[in-house]
Amino acid sequence: MRRWTTPLLQGLALAGAVLLIAVLPRFTSEFRLGQFTYVGIYFVALLGLNILTGYSGQITLGHAAFMAIGGYTAALLILGRSGFELLGHQASHVLPQHGMRAIFTIPIAGLVTGVIGCLFGIPALRLAGVSLALATLAVAVSLPAIAKRFEHLTGGGGGLSLPLPHAPFGWHVSTPHWLYYEAWVCAGILFVVAWLLVRGRVGRAWRAIRDGEIAAVSSGVSPAVYKTLAFGISAAYAGVAGALFAIQVSYINPDTFPVTLSLLLLASAVIGGLASLSGVIVGAFVLEFLPIYAQSPPLVHLHFAKQAGPVVFGVTLMLIVLLIPGGAASLLVRVTRPVRTWASRS
Amino acid sequence: MSTLLELRRVEARYGPIKALHGVSLTVADGEIVALLGANGAGKTTTLRAVSGTVRHSGEIVFEGKQIARGKPDAVARAGIAHVPEGRGLFTQLSVWENLRMGAYVRGERRTLRAEAPRVFKYFPWLERRRDQQAGTLSGGEQQMLALARALVGRPRLLMLDEPSLGLAPTVVQEIFRIVKELNVDDGLTVLVVEQNANVALDAAARAYVLEVGQVAIEGQSAELRRHEGIRKSYLGY
Amino acid sequence: MALPLAFTWAEFGQQVTSGLASGAIYASLALALVLIYQTTNVVNFAQGEMATFTTYVAWTMMHHGLSYWPAFVLTLLIAFGGGVTVERVLIRPVEHRPEIVIVILTIGLFIAINGLVGWVFGPEVKAFDSPFPNRSVVLGGVSISVQDIGTFGVCLGTVVALWLFFRLTTLGLAMRAVAFNPDASRLMGVRVGWMLALGWGFAAVLGAIAGMMAAPTVFLDPDMMLVVLIYAFAAAVLGGIDSPVGAVVGGLLIGVVINLLGAYVNFVGQELRLPTALAVLLIVLVIRPSGLFGRVVVRKV
Repeated sequence: MRRWTTPLLQGLALAGAVLLIAVLPRFTSEFRLGQFTYVGIYFVALLGLNILTGYSGQITLGHAAFMAIGGYTAALLILGRSGFELLGHQASHVLPQHGMRAIFTIPIAGLVTGVIGCLFGIPALRLAGVSLALATLAVAVSLPAIAKRFEHLTGGGGGLSLPLPHAPFGWHVSTPHWLYYEAWVCAGILFVVAWLLVRGRVGRAWRAIRDGEIAAVSSGVSPAVYKTLAFGISAAYAGVAGALFAIQVSYINPDTFPVTLSLLLLASAVIGGLASLSGVIVGAFVLEFLPIYAQSPPLVHLHFAKQAGPVVFGVTLMLIVLLIPGGAASLLVRVTRPVRTWASRS
Repeated sequence: MSTLLELRRVEARYGPIKALHGVSLTVADGEIVALLGANGAGKTTTLRAVSGTVRHSGEIVFEGKQIARGKPDAVARAGIAHVPEGRGLFTQLSVWENLRMGAYVRGERRTLRAEAPRVFKYFPWLERRRDQQAGTLSGGEQQMLALARALVGRPRLLMLDEPSLGLAPTVVQEIFRIVKELNVDDGLTVLVVEQNANVALDAAARAYVLEVGQVAIEGQSAELRRHEGIRKSYLGY
Repeated sequence: MALPLAFTWAEFGQQVTSGLASGAIYASLALALVLIYQTTNVVNFAQGEMATFTTYVAWTMMHHGLSYWPAFVLTLLIAFGGGVTVERVLIRPVEHRPEIVIVILTIGLFIAINGLVGWVFGPEVKAFDSPFPNRSVVLGGVSISVQDIGTFGVCLGTVVALWLFFRLTTLGLAMRAVAFNPDASRLMGVRVGWMLALGWGFAAVLGAIAGMMAAPTVFLDPDMMLVVLIYAFAAAVLGGIDSPVGAVVGGLLIGVVINLLGAYVNFVGQELRLPTALAVLLIVLVIRPSGLFGRVVVRKV
């Protein structure tokens, strides 16, 4: 009798969230809507990061690099060879002649980045902990330099300007609305995928590996397969997020996804709560809004320098690690405990 | 003889598992006391409670003063040398550097200069092998180095945890011979935990037998040797 | 691959010597990382930022009239205090938690200090004076800048001084003992907590030196040490994260190799020095995960 109350509450919460996301555009300004779109994009990126670091225990400081790969893939596919040459660059023959609709580039970007992620995951098997963090940091720092160097692939330091986005197939939706729904529908689909993975056999294997690789081996789990899979899936998520980002901004250059972003992504994931899907949404909000509110805190008529953002971010991260290691998600669990106990008793 | 160390109803736990359920014992100045018992009885935990390396409750009084809780370095400075299970050597440091660390508790340079000759008297081979890496010594040599290192600090109480573990009988005899000699020559007080009841009862004047975290039997060694339960469980005849 | 420079021994020698100088900087920071790793078992991702901060402090003192060497020494003292404080306040509470947690804490410190530096001192690039004259000497046909000699000397001098400290002094021995076996050290009467704090203090000093030696060339800005940190990491990992000797050798090696690659391999040029070095490092790690000098850890099932 009691067992269905927690899933019921979770289901209600989820339904409420979906409803909120669906009707939000009617109640907010265009500017705010743009911000919420970024929240959706970060949500996708953080889902991927959480899968890699939270569930399979492989720390990454290079998540933004995979976003960059996804972003560039999408940008190149949108431009096509013709668009690329129009910007004054020599195009590679791998690129199709004509650009494709932005919406189709998203899954392709995810796939491409996912494959690259798997390829990275294979040598990464030999590394653990510190070395892995260093390797991912290395990728994050190197990617901008590589992007600048290989101009015929990326358009070099000048970056790629994309045509302004608009709703496809002649649908009558305003652009900000369209971008918002595009991001959140992707987020929703990928959330369901992540949820299914995490609660299924794959998620159990990841957790077993995270908590003790040697023990996992003796229960028949092959760490190599699952760790590589985690890298691939996490990279695919980052790729989708990167593609959405590039489409949103209509521009991409080597510095769009810097090292700092990789660090802030990790920070947001931890603040939200690792190994918790509900923590991811908190993390996404934190990533978008904390820098803004650090610079101009609400209610107080003070304006701080741009660097206030990172300072507050860093301090918050440290406080969370020191005081509430489970992140916001663990706080949520503690706060809702009375509600859940009441629900399971009555 | 005055009481040097006294434990009163000491309890200790490892997380949720209670290891000591109220252990009370005394060690008088100049005595060798043995702590016997089967695996898991709580012998090592008792020593750890004294040296402050496990959380405990109850009173532990050394030289008339309560021991500071949870500060192993303070316990060492008070004059209690604990040679732990596994010896606790710095395997990557040399023999000499290990001895220097033994002297740390009383101010390294001066103490080592004063104490080294005395220690080399008991373990002459140590001087020849001063620069050898401690981890490359044999098991028996490592145990003796651990003992020497403890002695360099001129402790009032020496606590030995399973000195015979993994060693050949002749080596064990040698180690206990040295312990007895130190006790007779310098009045060194010793509390030794042992599973090898035979050799322990040989060296010690008194002994306690622990079972499931409590003192089950106590008495003079000679008495305990004749005690039927002990003979059957721990002495094998 | 066409060589961009006509190969002369003089040119080669110059690249090697300037590589040794920058390598000495990487070696200092790498040693700081290894020092902290050996004592507290933590990789301090914020080491570079701490170095940046102390370098800015030095700059501020010099800007207010203090001459170089007094400011230098004062900065080292401040750095030492800072390192000790960070360990006692931030790291001590989380000492017993898993590695990943402490890494994330140091990343938080990284983010915070990086922002703080820009906030307090301003994001504009600043010039930093060098104590060494802007001259060159010629040795065996190779033109070596006095600046490089000075950098090399200061960094390696500090490394040697530290080595002597650890070998010869009681405190140094105690710190080594703590690094090898903290539990046994406690039984010897060592206040392990303070030894760890000292380790962080020394590491901060090494970082400050690396920063002050690097600043004249790379100029002072909030992200100044990011690249140096990566090279230092690479050096530490290359040498074996638990080997101080490895860190120093690794640092010098990386400094020289980077310079040579950048000068002689056209493909690499200036922009791809970092990615190439890291690619080489990754290859080394995949072949030999514990680095050149590190101890191989056998994972027993």
